[in-house]
Amino acid sequence: MTFKTALAGATLLATLSLASTSAFALTVGFSQIGSESGWRAAETTLTKQQAEQRGVDLKFADAQQKQENQIKALRSFIAQGVDAILIAPVVATGWDAVLKEAKEAEIPVVLLDRMVDSDKDLYLTAVGSDLVHEGKVAGDWLVAEVKDKSCNVVELQGTTGSSPAIDRKNGFEQALAGHDNLKIIRSQTGDFTRTKGKEVMESFLKAEDGGKNICALYAHNDDMAVGAIQAIKEAGLQPGKDILVVSIDAVPDIFLALAAGEANATVELTPNMAGPAFDALDAFFKDGTQPAKFIQTESKLYTQADDPKKIYEEKKGLGY
Amino acid sequence: MTRQTSLPGLRYAPQILTLLVVLGLSASLFPGFLNVEIANGRLYGSLIDILNRGAPVALLAIGMTLVIATKGIDLSVGAVMAICGAVAAATVTTTGSALQAVALALAVGLACGLWNGVLVAVAGIQPIIATLILMVAGRGIAQLITEGTILTFTNESLVFLGSGALLSMPTPILIWITAAALAMLLVRRTALGMLIEAIGINRRASTLSGVNSGILLVCVYMIAGLCAAVAGTIAAADIKGADANNAGLWLELDAILAVVIGGTSLLGGRFTLLGSMLGAMIIQSVNTSILISGFPPEFNLVIKALIIILILLIQSPALRARLKPVRRKQGQGETSILVKP
Repeated sequence: MTFKTALAGATLLATLSLASTSAFALTVGFSQIGSESGWRAAETTLTKQQAEQRGVDLKFADAQQKQENQIKALRSFIAQGVDAILIAPVVATGWDAVLKEAKEAEIPVVLLDRMVDSDKDLYLTAVGSDLVHEGKVAGDWLVAEVKDKSCNVVELQGTTGSSPAIDRKNGFEQALAGHDNLKIIRSQTGDFTRTKGKEVMESFLKAEDGGKNICALYAHNDDMAVGAIQAIKEAGLQPGKDILVVSIDAVPDIFLALAAGEANATVELTPNMAGPAFDALDAFFKDGTQPAKFIQTESKLYTQADDPKKIYEEKKGLGY
Repeated sequence: MTRQTSLPGLRYAPQILTLLVVLGLSASLFPGFLNVEIANGRLYGSLIDILNRGAPVALLAIGMTLVIATKGIDLSVGAVMAICGAVAAATVTTTGSALQAVALALAVGLACGLWNGVLVAVAGIQPIIATLILMVAGRGIAQLITEGTILTFTNESLVFLGSGALLSMPTPILIWITAAALAMLLVRRTALGMLIEAIGINRRASTLSGVNSGILLVCVYMIAGLCAAVAGTIAAADIKGADANNAGLWLELDAILAVVIGGTSLLGGRFTLLGSMLGAMIIQSVNTSILISGFPPEFNLVIKALIIILILLIQSPALRARLKPVRRKQGQGETSILVKP
């Protein structure tokens, strides 16, 4: 008897939950920039996964790095009468007209990862990462790690003049401010690539007494850190021990280095921008909750203690 | 082949002088610059870095010199590097054989050269346009091979080509010096070099005098492709992965610059492989010196540009003629040579 009621209850619950998802079943158009980097590919994969999990019918359009393709995709979404639109805009300007069309059709638009230079009223919200905050998380970790020890830091910057390079540098310097035991002694661009990361690290090592003078490396992305780790090894030092390594992005390969004890920490630039976007849309459609104009994703710190092997296995299938 | 009327060393005096000045400046700014020691069973020091990091540009410059001597240019070598690196990485991850990976990468490099050569020699398309096709499309091809990711591998034998050492000398250095020596022997101990110069000066005339210029042109582009393949394999082995987006990016321009600094005219004809090698080393010395100088990275390209302008001014025959009015009867550079039957 009790078993039967329990079963009935469970069935009822299941029906209810099914009903509730179908009541909110959304059709969402997603205009992606393209697949210029592994991170972008992972973002696409995760957006599709998130949509599937939530029972959202996702219409995907790849713009192949062209704004006109994105505008076309948005117009076709509007014509199809989708419930909402997600867009990762390829450039910041030139969106006013098409965003107005979406607004007139009462279709909320959520920006993913990048911002636009349009009136804030024209989109529902933007989901993205705070680049300065990422640098600060990396810096805070290093400050906590070295404590009172004096520590000379070398920095591998991203492409000179790019906003991630400027912001991640600023954030890191903010974290180090007031801790006089930590000093950035050398800072050079490694163009976000492994090859340049390795080459520049080689010169840092030569310039600083074979690396004996360096206590930590901060790289603006994981790829440069991976290259630099090889340079440190080839100089006969142990990366992760003799020279601490902290970087940003959390791509799969850095977790292999973390697992091998050759890197110490990485800050995640999450490719899951769609999760918070769908959350905001759900709330908006349920009771009209207006989300904040900018939803900051979490900049999660991973260290060797976070089972890097397991995270590598999880991440490598995402298309990075 | 008697080519030089003056002392052979004198021809390279500007290049050698420039190299010494760049190295000397770095050494005075940074005292440990010239130190070379043995660490981890391999030579270690900034001078070794220059030789090692200069390997891709030096290798590309070998092929580029020959192509430029035929009055051509090959813009695709950077992209071919990316393709061949991707091929090597993809092969070694699927078959596990470094030998197969290298063989396939070299074969693909030759095929890319064949494509360029046929477009230039058979279809008669201008070299700058013909090779532009592969320059643009090549990176896309490389990305198709790596599926858009950085394709990493751990095969020890393949990694050895990029970051190993033989007799305490890093392998890339041995590879590019061997390749340069082989190329010099090939073009100077046979008539090949003279035939290439003949095509560069006047293709029609050389064809009429019995040179099979079509086949020769295709071969020259294939050599450029082969050099790019070796460079691409080394670049991939160096970082244990093929980075289709960035491998060899803009290196075709550095290779052209190395050839020009070395004293070969872009108008074709007379060429010097040794000069190009010196040119490659000058470029890399500048790069390494900038890195070690500790200047903020915003200055990198400006400093490099200033130094390059200075080097080219020093080498400018017009400027030197003005500074030293009566020195030689004949001018430098594109003097015509006689093709003897």
